[in-house]
This record gives sequence, structure tokens and C-alpha cells, in this order.
Amino acid sequence: MAASLSHAPYSTIFTSSATKSSVSQSPLSPPSIKIPTFSPLTAKPLSSTFTRHAARAITITPRATSTPSSVPSETSTTTFHGLCYVVGDNIDTDQIIPAEYLTLVPSNPAEYEKLGSYALIGLPSSYETRFIEPNEMKTKYSIVIGGANFGCGSSREHAPVALGAAGAKAVVAESYARIFFRNSVATGEVYPLESEVRICEECKTGDVVTIELGESKLINHTTGKEYKLKPIGDAGPVIEAGGIFAYARKTGMIPA
Amino acid sequence: MAPQQSERTPATTGSVKTAMTMTEKILARASEKPQLSPGDNIWVNVDILMTHDVCGPGSIGIFKKEFGENAKVWDREKIVIIPDHYIFTSDERANRNVDILRDFCTEQNIKYFYDIKDLSNFKANPDYKGVCHVALAQEGHCRPGEVLLGTDSHTCTAGAFGQFATGIGNTDAGFVLGTGKLLLKVPPTLRFVMDGEMPDYLLAKDLILQIIGEISVAGATYKSMEFVGTTVESLNMEERMTLCNMVVEAGGKNGVVPADSTTFKYLEDKTSLPYEPVYSDAQASFLSEYRFDISKLEPLVAKPHSPDNRALARECKDVKIDRVYIGSCTGGKTEDFLAAAKVFVASGKKVKVPTFLVPATQKVWLDLYTLPVPGSGGKTCSQIFEEAGCDTPASPSCGACLGGPKDTYARMNEPKVCVSTTNRNFPGRMGHKEGQIYLASPYTAAASALTGYVTDPREFLQ
Repeated sequence: MAASLSHAPYSTIFTSSATKSSVSQSPLSPPSIKIPTFSPLTAKPLSSTFTRHAARAITITPRATSTPSSVPSETSTTTFHGLCYVVGDNIDTDQIIPAEYLTLVPSNPAEYEKLGSYALIGLPSSYETRFIEPNEMKTKYSIVIGGANFGCGSSREHAPVALGAAGAKAVVAESYARIFFRNSVATGEVYPLESEVRICEECKTGDVVTIELGESKLINHTTGKEYKLKPIGDAGPVIEAGGIFAYARKTGMIPA
Repeated sequence: MAPQQSERTPATTGSVKTAMTMTEKILARASEKPQLSPGDNIWVNVDILMTHDVCGPGSIGIFKKEFGENAKVWDREKIVIIPDHYIFTSDERANRNVDILRDFCTEQNIKYFYDIKDLSNFKANPDYKGVCHVALAQEGHCRPGEVLLGTDSHTCTAGAFGQFATGIGNTDAGFVLGTGKLLLKVPPTLRFVMDGEMPDYLLAKDLILQIIGEISVAGATYKSMEFVGTTVESLNMEERMTLCNMVVEAGGKNGVVPADSTTFKYLEDKTSLPYEPVYSDAQASFLSEYRFDISKLEPLVAKPHSPDNRALARECKDVKIDRVYIGSCTGGKTEDFLAAAKVFVASGKKVKVPTFLVPATQKVWLDLYTLPVPGSGGKTCSQIFEEAGCDTPASPSCGACLGGPKDTYARMNEPKVCVSTTNRNFPGRMGHKEGQIYLASPYTAAASALTGYVTDPREFLQ
């Protein structure tokens, strides 16, 4: 239940692209933005944007190396392929990025990189294989697989930012805590995808996996198993654009 | 000042056609809609945006990047900036982050900035408050019926005042700084009815640990939690804040307590702004309702490593502890220290483990040195704590609740076992990944300090 709800907060942000004409009539000029002018906030079925994705050519990116906040081109990735890193339930933001590293400011490019190097460093030592190896800035795991309530705890945006900065492209979890999900979409740092079953119990760290965003599925090449994911829906294009501000510019909601 | 209780004009929420919950009504007013339902996505006008030294610099960075270097914030009187997380540290980046806040507040002429410059002596900084959620209440920024957003998950604390309050990320905060608005989804409401006389060995912390244990750390994800019933009505404001503070530990989006005479009295000398409380309609639709007879509840703890890992305090009596921590937005308010002092007075003994006290704010600190503790013959908390052998109350801040920089007072730098009045006990929360945190009420924390084991406060209070 929580899982299906978690997509919904974003559904209307993106439907405003469907009402683009009314938006462009009132270009938003900060700081005196008049937001309610593009307010036909009627929810659209989540699958609608999803079919658009599916029709697009799929390009395979072996691993995430893109720079933060860059707006992908039209032929952007809809498939992620790489090694997965598997964690359990209730991975809270202190485990994703411990509080001692929160002095790093995500909007500062150098500190953004540094945040990435500490991603998931708060996991207990029972996780013998670390997400980022000592003296490395990036992870070799482009996909994080988790259980229920991923990202619970604090509202720190440093959490999705650290994962994205480390080179992760997507998290696939059974469910998410609300603020982490929202921050992931708002920043466009990682795709917070939801699985229909607990794949965290069937995948192992180091397995080679592919996520087909358009088809909402995850393939574990190591085990040969395939899993259905819940469609990312209207949040997809926002993450693809690089976050809410980039998306709003791209779609004409606010001036480029 | 008598609060205005009248409904607004029919254009907003006045004529109720379909019953709404309190949270729905607050959001309806803030979005200038006559009616709304759970699941609706609405643009909400924000009454107060709060940020602090951990997320403020990043939010400011996004604001400047997206709105321009010379952009002005939407309303300099509706932004409250409270350095509180990493203050008393030699960490240069942490110190720099407070400087970033100061420069921004000067540039934008922000009305409410609770600055600190002299880190060697917090008392030399009259503007400095301390923990943001407690400071927001003490400085009159929490008002019934309003919308308060903050870059901190415990912003939900302010729901104690009958307002909508929730935590947001830097990017959303950057958007609010520029526009004063945010797209929010209306949450469905879970209602918690707590009746019965509260035994004198329980505190609000026990109530919320009971609820989180019942519904789990994800039981209220995306939902509002409304607290009602005779027990809730009997709670003072600080206890109501404890209740709402931890709704996020159940995944909740916000928590609310209906405003009443206790609320209005608290606000009397704190705000001169008019406010209009709203209340759930009798026919309002709740996703589910939970009922508790509080008179039968026993003191609780949350065992490592999850706030929903509930157990009776007495069931953990064999758990040997290394230290006790009393502080934070959850358990570092004046009432929390008065409660701890009450246990020390009742026992007349000394603590057996190091006991760290971090008042949430400068006002709380002052209360510890001035307010007489009931039943102590006129002694103050500070005198009682000293006699009991506790550490001297430290400088007000978030302190070690979330670990923080390595030199943070009372941070868990070794794998210790701690009974704490704070809010989270996930691995590493107070600094060390192998540390074990038992979340408890100030009564239970003080009782545990006296024995060196997790202890039911009835051992001293009865």
C-alpha cells in the first residue's frame, strides 16, 4: 500500500507538461513566481508517461559516470546495466551518509564529489564488501538493491545526493520512506524504483543486473532471474531531466 | 489574547460540505481551496520555512543557482534560520556553514536569524537559541492552523500546535525560498485516541514508543497522525511536542494535536500574530483509528537498532549500560529535565554511569538553573543533577543525538550502550556504528543512570 502511494506525490508535477501551452502563457519569472497559474492538477494514470519511455530506443550505459545536474539528451539512458549492491530493510539516512559528513554542502561541486565517496559508509561492518572501496571516490555498483522503508530517518538530501555522486543510477527497494523518495526525484540523483517482491533476498552483491526502465523490469544475469518493477511513472522524466528545476525549465514551466 | 476561532469565509474552509480532518482543513486553507481529499496534489502557501546549519547552506546554494545570485527570498519575515546542529566544534567546515547562514541572512535581511558568533561561551550570544524545533515553539513561530516546512525531518514536532508541519529536502527548500510555495500531496489521516489517566511514571515518550511499536517504522508512511483523547488533552505543550516529534519515526508525514486552552495559554506571551485553529469534523474520514487505554501502559524503551523495537523497560533490566544521554528536540526540553530531576530527588542516590545533559535551547538551560523542582524543597534542576553526580549541563545544541563532528560533546566515539531520550537508534546514530542505543523517556533514562542498567522508573517513583 505504501508502495503504490509513494509514486503519487509527483504525478501532477509532470502532468503539467501536458498543459504546457497554458504554462508558457505565464512564464515564471523568479522571484515573483505565480505558481497556481498552471494548476490543472488532475492526476493522470501513471502508465501514460511510461509508454512513452517504452517506445524510445534503449541505449545501454555500462555504468554511471554522468556529472551532477546535467540534463540528458533525448537519447538518454532508459536502461541501467552493472553490478548491484544489496542491503536490507530500513536502511536509514545515517547509514547512507552519517551525520559527521553533513558538513559537506551538496550544492558545492567539490563537496558533492566528496559526499559521494562516503555513500553507504554508515553500514555496519557486517557488510564486509563495502559500497565504495578504500581510497576510491566512486562505487563500482551502479544499482543498489534494498528491502522495505529504504531511506528512512532524516530529511537530509545529502542521502540521495551521496548515492548519485558515488555513481549509483538507481535504487530498487521494496518501499521507500517519503522524504528520501521525494528528495531523489527533486534532485534527479537516483531513480527510486520499487520492486514487487523482495529481490534483496534473491540478489547478491556483485550480481550483474540490468534495469529496463521502459519495461519496468530488472534482470539478474548472474542468477538468470527476471523481476517486475513498479512503473516509475511521472517521476521518471523529472529524474531524467536532472531534477525538478531542470525538468521545469526543459518543459517551459519556468524560463530556461 | 483571545484566539480567533471563527471559520473563514465560504471561499476557503467556512462552509463544510464534505467533512475533513484537521490536516485536510489546514492544507485546504493554505491552498485556497474549499475542499480537498487525501491524494490531492496541491500548491500550498507556506507560513514559515525553517532551516539550519546542516541543510541551510545547500538550500541557499540551490536557491542562488536556480533563482539567480541577486534573487530575493519570497518573504524575509517568514524564513527562520536556526544554527543548532554542529555549533560547539572546531570542525572548520561546520563553522563555515554557520558563516554561510549569517552572510545570507545579512544579504537578505532575514528577520529571524538566531546567530552565534562566540563559540567559547554560548551565553555571550543573546540571539542564539539552540535546537530548532524547540526554539521555533519558544520564539512563537508555531501557530495553530498554519503550514510550517523545515529542512529537518523532526519539523513535524510543531504539529503539537495544531498546525501542518513536515520536513523537506534542500531542493524543495530552495524552491520555497524563492516562491513561498510547495507542491504537496494531501495525506490520509490515522487517528490515535488515547484515553485514561496517565500514570505518574509515564511520559509522552512512552506513548509515542507504544504507537511506533504498534504500527512499525513505516506504519504511517505518507500519512498524517492525529492524536486525540483525554490523555492527550491532559498533556502540556512540551509533552505534545514529544508526541508529534517522533511521528517521522513511524514514517509519518505530519502529526497533529488539536489546539486547546493549553495551546492558547502557551502562545499568550509568544506571538502577537492572529491565528485560526481548525479541527477535524465529527464526520471526517480517517484511514484507521487506534485506541489506547493509557492507564494500563507501562514504561517502554526502543531497543537497538530501530525505534519500533519496543520492549517494556522492566524486561530489559539485565541490560548493562555505559552511559545516559538526556537532550535533543525529543527529550531535551525543560519538562524533560524536570522529569529526570524528579527521579533523582525521589531516589536521593547518585548516578552509576556518566550522565550527559544537553539542554535543547538557551531558555531550557536557564530554566535548569532557575526553576525550582517540585518536591525538592526549592532546588533547581542543576543543583539536583550536580548532587546526583551528572555531568554539568552542556551548551545547548542538537549535540550527540545524531553523532555529528568527532569532537561533539557526549558523542559515542566507542561502541557503548546508551539509554537516551533522543529519537533514533539506527546503527551509528550517535556516532559509533556498533554503539547500542535504548530510546527511553527522561524518567526511564534517569532511573537507568541510577542503577547502571535499563530500569523501570517505578523503582524510584513509587
